[in-house]
Amino acid sequence: MPTEIDKAPAHEEGSWAEVASDWSADKQTFDLPWGKVMMWIFLLSDTFIFTIFLTAYMKVRMSATADWPITSEVFALTIAGVHLPLILIAIMTFVLITSSGTMAMAVNCAYRGDRKNTARLMFVTAALGVSFVGMQAFEWTKLIVEEGVRPWGNPMGAEQFGSVFFMITGFHGMHVTAGVIYLSIVALKVKQGKYEKKGYGIVEITGLYWHFVDLVWVFIFALFYLW
Amino acid sequence: MTHTAIAEQIDESHHPSSFITRYIWSQDHKVIAVQYAITAIFVGLVALVLSGLMRLQLGFPDSFDFIDPASYLQFVTMHGMIMVIYLLTALLLGGFGNYLIPLMIGARDMVFPYLNMLSFWMYLLSVLVLMSSFFISGGPTGAGWTLYPPQAILAGTPGYNGGIILMLVSLAIFIVAFTMGGLNYVTTILQARTHGMTLMRMPLSIWGIFVATILGLLAFPALLVSAIMMLLDKLAGTSFFMPAIVSLGESLDYNGGSPVLFQHLFWFFGHPEVYIVALPAFGMVSDVLSVHARKNIFGYRMMVWAIVAIGGLSFIVWAHHMYVSGMNPVFGFFFATTTLIIAIPTAIKVYNWVLTLWRGNIRLTTPMLFAIGFIFTFTHGGLTGLFLGNVVIDLPLSDTYFVVAHFHMVMGVSPIMVLFAAIYHWFPLVSGKMLHTGLGKTHFWITFLGTYAIYLPMHYLGFLGVPRRYYSMAGTDFIPESAQTLNAGITVSAIIVGVAQLLFIINVIISLRSDKKAAHNPWEASSLEWQTPQIPPVHGNWGAKLPVVHRWAYDYCVPGAVDDFTPQNVPVDAAHLSEGEAEGDRS
Repeated sequence: MPTEIDKAPAHEEGSWAEVASDWSADKQTFDLPWGKVMMWIFLLSDTFIFTIFLTAYMKVRMSATADWPITSEVFALTIAGVHLPLILIAIMTFVLITSSGTMAMAVNCAYRGDRKNTARLMFVTAALGVSFVGMQAFEWTKLIVEEGVRPWGNPMGAEQFGSVFFMITGFHGMHVTAGVIYLSIVALKVKQGKYEKKGYGIVEITGLYWHFVDLVWVFIFALFYLW
Repeated sequence: MTHTAIAEQIDESHHPSSFITRYIWSQDHKVIAVQYAITAIFVGLVALVLSGLMRLQLGFPDSFDFIDPASYLQFVTMHGMIMVIYLLTALLLGGFGNYLIPLMIGARDMVFPYLNMLSFWMYLLSVLVLMSSFFISGGPTGAGWTLYPPQAILAGTPGYNGGIILMLVSLAIFIVAFTMGGLNYVTTILQARTHGMTLMRMPLSIWGIFVATILGLLAFPALLVSAIMMLLDKLAGTSFFMPAIVSLGESLDYNGGSPVLFQHLFWFFGHPEVYIVALPAFGMVSDVLSVHARKNIFGYRMMVWAIVAIGGLSFIVWAHHMYVSGMNPVFGFFFATTTLIIAIPTAIKVYNWVLTLWRGNIRLTTPMLFAIGFIFTFTHGGLTGLFLGNVVIDLPLSDTYFVVAHFHMVMGVSPIMVLFAAIYHWFPLVSGKMLHTGLGKTHFWITFLGTYAIYLPMHYLGFLGVPRRYYSMAGTDFIPESAQTLNAGITVSAIIVGVAQLLFIINVIISLRSDKKAAHNPWEASSLEWQTPQIPPVHGNWGAKLPVVHRWAYDYCVPGAVDDFTPQNVPVDAAHLSEGEAEGDRS
């Protein structure tokens, strides 16, 4: 009797049928390298962490007894005599989203086998990440030193404002910092040609993490700074 | 990019030679599994001793000077947390998950062995951090395993300074360890199955572990976030969970936080955690029942979908732990409904286990006894869960011994029954030796009957309104004298059951020291883990070539087949099936 079952099932027409045949296939569910699948699953788990952080923040904000400070005023800067609300945050957001762009270009170069430009663009991405963290450090310093914001209280209103701010931006900043280190290591290895044999899939995996961190920032920006 | 098909992959594993690389810094999933298991069983014994101490106090109050109210609460807390997280989760996923996944799906190892090794070392670190809290001044936290604020971090609760901090840090480390292991388990199951091993041919053990790991990866974040927030409340003076509060006559600096938020976060983790423990147990018990009943598992597909459905539903039932927190009755109605809906897939599973036994050629081996014992204890615990899932019944029974009896039956004793079934079942594979049957059966009967002697009376005490977590019932007029007699009886049973576990340890030691080798496939199982060239399997598992799978894992007593079991890697024509009865094609 022919062992029909040993053949991989043929792809049928239509997306749902393909999904079904992928999931019922032997060996690999996704036609992707292991590392990439693992990164996706990790990001799913990390999404839950940030979702829960943000949900907890919203609940804390709703049940706080004191008034919530007006974020556009707290995060305003006066540059050359002009009062600009949220200007620093806007720049930070711009920098981070730009870094996603350079990362995407790095991935593109990697798949074209352009080692030099891949490494260069990854270093640019890392540098943009560093400047983001630098601006965040500036923001923290300003809030702590000039405005007197502390995790346990602040002069502007509900003390949870400071707590949430330090916790969520701190946790996100740690993600960015980890990403910068991760990017730098991979970029260095790309430059040295250590992936010539294995292929440059790792650049895309690094990119997945980096885009995720940027995406999370968009939600933090929308839910914490703009609300 | 080209991928080598897994089945054609040659064995490139690095074979370690020295003792240290082989048994200590090992990247072999089997060694890591054993390391996980030994650590988990060790902390489990600590937790068992703690429960014995609690029972001594409850059964014979005022007889033991070294148990004061504070240490009693610490015993309660540490017993609960260790058993749920550091024993059950670690042993089921870190231990059995690690051991069984690559062997059952036909892989050489986990996809990232180095990460897997780190997972164990982080787990060990979390255990050490937790254990260290026994030795600091003030001792471990006594906040109860749910760690509810505000009391968890305020003066008056034992261990409110060092203990709670170490507990939260240890949990955070555990979550990191679990994530490293869990990513490996999920990716391995999805991507590294051998040729012919489709998802719907995987043994149910793997399905249970797979879905449980996904639950863990999505639920532990809630615990991580709440641990971070509580640590900040404790160390940085934030008020996430802390309302304005007067403690010991002094108004504290906290203001405007929400203690109920912690309960939501905790139970958003805590309820899936029940199924993180239960689903691997469901899966493994299905396999044990099928092998020892010499019958295919009844309704395999339904069993898979039931696991998936339970996993999904477990995320929308968490507030049934919080009926007494004063929530909106509409939410109570919602969560009661979802809770009762979970009974449907669960009942499907119970029926299918029973129907697997129905007219099977049952071999009453030790693992089979534990597996059948599980059906009893789980049905009991599950039925009381139906009571507690209803708001109106839960309100008077909340925080009584009825609840204690319920969750011990359903997620204490039942997973432990499966763990023993699994250990007795897979011990020959892991060690190459059989466990002694006589000792094993004695162990089973004492444990099984003892369980009922302990927990059945507790249901009754719960109806009387005996509250849980109380150091002493003195001065509670509504509790009759006779409750004390019952409590003493429970304690005696608990001590007997606790001591009887020594039988198991003695059994393991005797078997390991004996020269008698186990047969290659002593239970005549058809699943893949028993088909390795060597027993116990060596590093790389499969020798030169990976196995090819031709059938599901449950071909027992197939009419027309040569043997009463057909291993998964036997080709269809080699099994001599006649045309009309080609049971093998289950793709």
